[in-house]
Amino acid sequence: MEAIYIMWLRQIKRFFRNRPRLISSLGQPMLFLIALGFGLGPIFQRAGQGSYLQFLAPGVIAMSILFTAIFTGIEVIWDRQFGFLKETLVVPVSRLELMIGKTLGGATVAIFQGLLVLLITLLAGFRPTSLFSTPTAIFFMFLLAIVFTALGVVIASLLEDMHAFQLVMNFLIMPLYFLSGAIFPLEGVPRALLTAVKLDPMSYGVDGLRGTLTGIWAFSPLTDLTVLSILSLVLFFLGSWLFAQIEA
Amino acid sequence: MIKEQKIIEVKNLFKEFKGFVAVKDVSFFVKKGEIFAFLGPNGAGKTTTIRMLTTLLRPTSGTILINGFDAITQKDDARRSFGIVFQDPSLDDELTAWENMEFHGILCQVPAEIRKKRIEELLEFVELKDRKNSLVKTFSGGMKRRLEIARGLLHHPKILFLDEPSLGLDAQTRNHLWQYIQKLNREENITVFLTTHYLEEAEKVAQRIAIIDHGQIIAQGTTLDLKKQTKTQSLEEAFLSLTGHGIREEEANGQSAFRLRHQLRR
Repeated sequence: MEAIYIMWLRQIKRFFRNRPRLISSLGQPMLFLIALGFGLGPIFQRAGQGSYLQFLAPGVIAMSILFTAIFTGIEVIWDRQFGFLKETLVVPVSRLELMIGKTLGGATVAIFQGLLVLLITLLAGFRPTSLFSTPTAIFFMFLLAIVFTALGVVIASLLEDMHAFQLVMNFLIMPLYFLSGAIFPLEGVPRALLTAVKLDPMSYGVDGLRGTLTGIWAFSPLTDLTVLSILSLVLFFLGSWLFAQIEA
Repeated sequence: MIKEQKIIEVKNLFKEFKGFVAVKDVSFFVKKGEIFAFLGPNGAGKTTTIRMLTTLLRPTSGTILINGFDAITQKDDARRSFGIVFQDPSLDDELTAWENMEFHGILCQVPAEIRKKRIEELLEFVELKDRKNSLVKTFSGGMKRRLEIARGLLHHPKILFLDEPSLGLDAQTRNHLWQYIQKLNREENITVFLTTHYLEEAEKVAQRIAIIDHGQIIAQGTTLDLKKQTKTQSLEEAFLSLTGHGIREEEANGQSAFRLRHQLRR
């Protein structure tokens, strides 16, 4: 238990000490909110879809969680490069415990980030249908965070160093976000795109958050929960297994 | 009786990386309480051997006993028996000295009441007590090395592995470092397994020495044995006479090939 706690604590300390990262990770969602939310808002309204900000806000929250969580997982590569990974691998603790601590740490940080972005969207004019839905929203944030922290560890275990990072960014993280239905409604989109959206795990987190916060669901609460729960378990155990294979 | 005195026992150790044999049939032992130096030119297989002894790398074949525990099947018991100072820094720069110690202490299951006292003592021992709440990224190379030694001792290990502990340190710090190590060895009866490129340092501190080259042990014994065997005056001459005078290129096993690539791209 203590091992899980200290792994978790390390994640938290690193996150809050890294002010530039904290600030820059808020910049991106704000940019999306302002440029897309206010920029495309009028067109969205004219098309009879109502308030675009209302539609976009949950997607921006989900985005901040996606980025924070996946980066926390990928940090394993930095730990390898800066040598700290060896220190973690030479202690008499099961790799599973290390992974649990790391994943929970990543999830905590990501949820914190998500809540911060939620606050920003509120300031920008986002109005959730009811604030009582916040606990459910946090639960969806938690599932999303677990899925992507674990995915980050999976990626980190497969990569030797940071050189492939651009590849991961452009061919995994960006598509995960843009194909998730975070920025466009699914009605009337081409079949191929709809299929891509349905294959993207991020879509279910976006839908879960948007559903709980605004009452508009593209899938169903049950579908979102099932997909995210199964995926978080699968990725968590895959990540743990790959992490256990790392030699230093 | 004699068997009990061997705290590290390695038999017929092999490690192969994709067709390249980095460690070839290595056998040796280290006696309890001695300072043992493991020497060899670049790429001879020193670090690969240490990685296997410290459970970070799985041997292709062979057996390793650390404090009586099998380093392959009883990893956690073996891990509790040793502390290690790696060749490259392995601290978390974003944490303070104290936090780095605490992290290690908790992961090594040192009970809370002992842990706090022990951390204080060790930070005092390596003269970092007044910097305990500073972030490690503000430390010099020598301070980091000292902190790593303190960390390696935190869980009362029976064996301390030191992979090139004096690399990149100035003469003053190196001198100090070896004094610490000898003091530890004397006062706490800790067995020390070290590698170094500074042969005069090894000659000064080590009771027994093994020399590895091309993945194989080519000589072992006391400094005196090695000097007699090669009819030379110093360990350095003995070393050169055993391993030759040619300059070595680092052999490209998996890890170092990766490092090399990495450096080239930068």
